[in-house]
Amino acid sequence: MNCAECEILLHALLDGELDAGHARDVEAHVAQCSACAEKLRAFRAMHGTMAAANLKEAAPASLRSRIEAALPSPAPRPAAALKFARPSRRMFFGGFAAGAALSAAAAASLFLTVIRNDQEQTIADEVVSAHIRSLQAGHLMDVETSDQHTVKPWFDGKVDVAPPVVDLTAEGFTLLGGRLDYIDGEPVASVVYRRRKHIINLFVARRLGREHAFVAASMVQGYNVRHWSDQGLDYWAVSDLDGGELGEFVQKVSAALHPGRPS
Amino acid sequence: MAGYADCEHDNARRFRDAALPYLDDVFTLARYLMRNAADAEDAVQECYLRALHHFDTYRGPAMKPWLLTILRNVCNAEFARRRKQEVSTDCGAEEEAEDVPLWQEPQASPETTLLRQHDDDTVRKLIAALPQQFREVIVLREVNELSYQEIAEVAGVPVGTVMSRLARARAMLRSAWNVAEGTAP
Repeated sequence: MNCAECEILLHALLDGELDAGHARDVEAHVAQCSACAEKLRAFRAMHGTMAAANLKEAAPASLRSRIEAALPSPAPRPAAALKFARPSRRMFFGGFAAGAALSAAAAASLFLTVIRNDQEQTIADEVVSAHIRSLQAGHLMDVETSDQHTVKPWFDGKVDVAPPVVDLTAEGFTLLGGRLDYIDGEPVASVVYRRRKHIINLFVARRLGREHAFVAASMVQGYNVRHWSDQGLDYWAVSDLDGGELGEFVQKVSAALHPGRPS
Repeated sequence: MAGYADCEHDNARRFRDAALPYLDDVFTLARYLMRNAADAEDAVQECYLRALHHFDTYRGPAMKPWLLTILRNVCNAEFARRRKQEVSTDCGAEEEAEDVPLWQEPQASPETTLLRQHDDDTVRKLIAALPQQFREVIVLREVNELSYQEIAEVAGVPVGTVMSRLARARAMLRSAWNVAEGTAP
């Protein structure tokens, strides 16, 4: 391990985020590098001071009661619109038109974190392995076409679902084709997209992992993975795209599957 | 239909139980991001409004990072709106300077080994003085106590980016820490 690596990893060590192997590497480096040892000492002291300090801010009681007041009251009020008691001060969020507010909220809801579930993790690992396998020469596509109406029927009879195939070329995600893959011993449809040089595999199957109403995000072996469920199907998107762009992809797919819904 | 009002009420009760315990966490992040108490309160209120709106489809295990993600989006939308205003009136570049390194990386020298002890207020001020993306990662880690994976989700970046930002942020904080209130190295 060199000093540049150590400089990053020593923080993970302090934060208890390092696995045993890397923790040993950092400690071994620190034992023979006085500069890094000195950094570790200083950052540990700073981290300790911050942990001991009270850096949280208590929410004012007035804010708490304002939020409480906005929740529907115990007395049944059918179809009452949920409204916050006090309108926002001086047009704070006035920039939001109703539609924009809705779509921004939908975007926010498309995040969800950290699935610590063994079954889910196993599938995530398999999905990433399938993604890596697909990147080897000649393995990416069984049917190669940018025409969604060719890809969709190709899956007929090969898998027990009709995976939705959407054309997102206009959104910057090119449809490359489809592939039959196997996850957890079951045949799974993979629809392949590309953004710039980055391949995205979108695996679609019935019951593949835990059902999620929101998008569960994780990272496996450096690949970003997004999993969500929609109308009885499970979707797994895998790519080396960064989280933001893969999130955008997921949003576009969801939006294309629900054309009526504001995305 | 027996159910609608009951269901709505039940939903609200579950939302109250699930989301309100994190109000201080959400307000804390808002306070560090928005820099001003009244703006922070508005952002928190907006965050809870949106969370409630989407709560009936919420299935996830981790409420705190979900709320913080929404809060961060609310704050960023507000920054974007202000930036647009500023551009149109062609003044101020307060938020643009975020990516410019304003701080020197500390030199490893014996003088910086010993950390000065600061009171809570000073530590808050030091954090508040960091550029936005570094301030955010420090607060999510040291104050909101999220894991790296959770921070990555909230900030919408890979875990590797979280790690390098955190290293940068702590290095900046450390140099500011030693300069604050007294003997510069």
